[in-house]
Amino acid sequence: MDLLTQPVGVAHFMAVGAVLFVAGAVCMATKRNALGVLMGIELVLNGANLNFVALGSEYLRRDTALSLGADGNLIALFVIVLAAAEAAVALAITLNFYNNHSTVDVDRADDLRG
Amino acid sequence: MEPINWHSFFFLLFGALTAVFAVAVVVTSNVVRMAFYLILSLGATAGLFFLAGADFVGAMQLMIYVGGTLVLLIFGVMLTAQGPFISMKTGGGEWVLATIIGGALLGLLVKTAFSVEDWQGPAAVAHVEGEEEHAAALPAQSPTSAPIGLGLLGVRTDKLDPAKAELAPGMAGYLLPFEIVSVHLLVVLVGAAYLARTKKRREA
Repeated sequence: MDLLTQPVGVAHFMAVGAVLFVAGAVCMATKRNALGVLMGIELVLNGANLNFVALGSEYLRRDTALSLGADGNLIALFVIVLAAAEAAVALAITLNFYNNHSTVDVDRADDLRG
Repeated sequence: MEPINWHSFFFLLFGALTAVFAVAVVVTSNVVRMAFYLILSLGATAGLFFLAGADFVGAMQLMIYVGGTLVLLIFGVMLTAQGPFISMKTGGGEWVLATIIGGALLGLLVKTAFSVEDWQGPAAVAHVEGEEEHAAALPAQSPTSAPIGLGLLGVRTDKLDPAKAELAPGMAGYLLPFEIVSVHLLVVLVGAAYLARTKKRREA
């Protein structure tokens, strides 16, 4: 089994990141619960983080001089912090919506529909 | 039979956990289970970060994401998961369309990821009987906390001698983004606390 005996590279990490990203995008598109949409957003951001960290690692490439180094890790840190902030605001909005409409179904959020 | 590369074994383990629980978040219709599967998926992602050598980011992922953001999400789930809202189902047609488009995107991304020669991984290690194996040019210790901390203060210790001298002024640290994110967090916390406050009920 080639994957078990040979070292893994950036491409393998990016493949897992792609699965996370697509799962998050499908979650955002299909869930009716507003909190489900938020979880999709978290998945998407984590997929992107995995990409950044993989590209910034020196252990996963053929030519280690090309890795992003600390840049990849720092950008991933900023993404984590900003995702946490955005999750807090989105949850506050969802709670407000729930308090006003007694539902978290996004299909019922059509007050502004023309 | 070649010896198992344990780094690859653990990558496969954590990668499989991440992917399976991420797909479980999409597939399940119970919002409480979705929250729990998301915690497991993000925890496995932290494991992947550690395997890539980014120990600081991995620790931050566990602390901020699993220990903070997801607890917040679970509070939100608990506050709004009253009876009829725990399982809201999506129509079948939407699932088919989403799966087709998602599958196409996934195929495209994976194919692109594996198309770059440099990203296939460090040179394959050949195993000769009775000889120590040498992976091609393993980097000497890569400490991540110190360069990250100093980078946030404006000093790039890993880029002290840039290859092109004229690019040196641009390789400043991350002090400005650090300050911006700090103010951003303050604004977000004040805003979220204000938005989610309990409002006085109007007497009928």
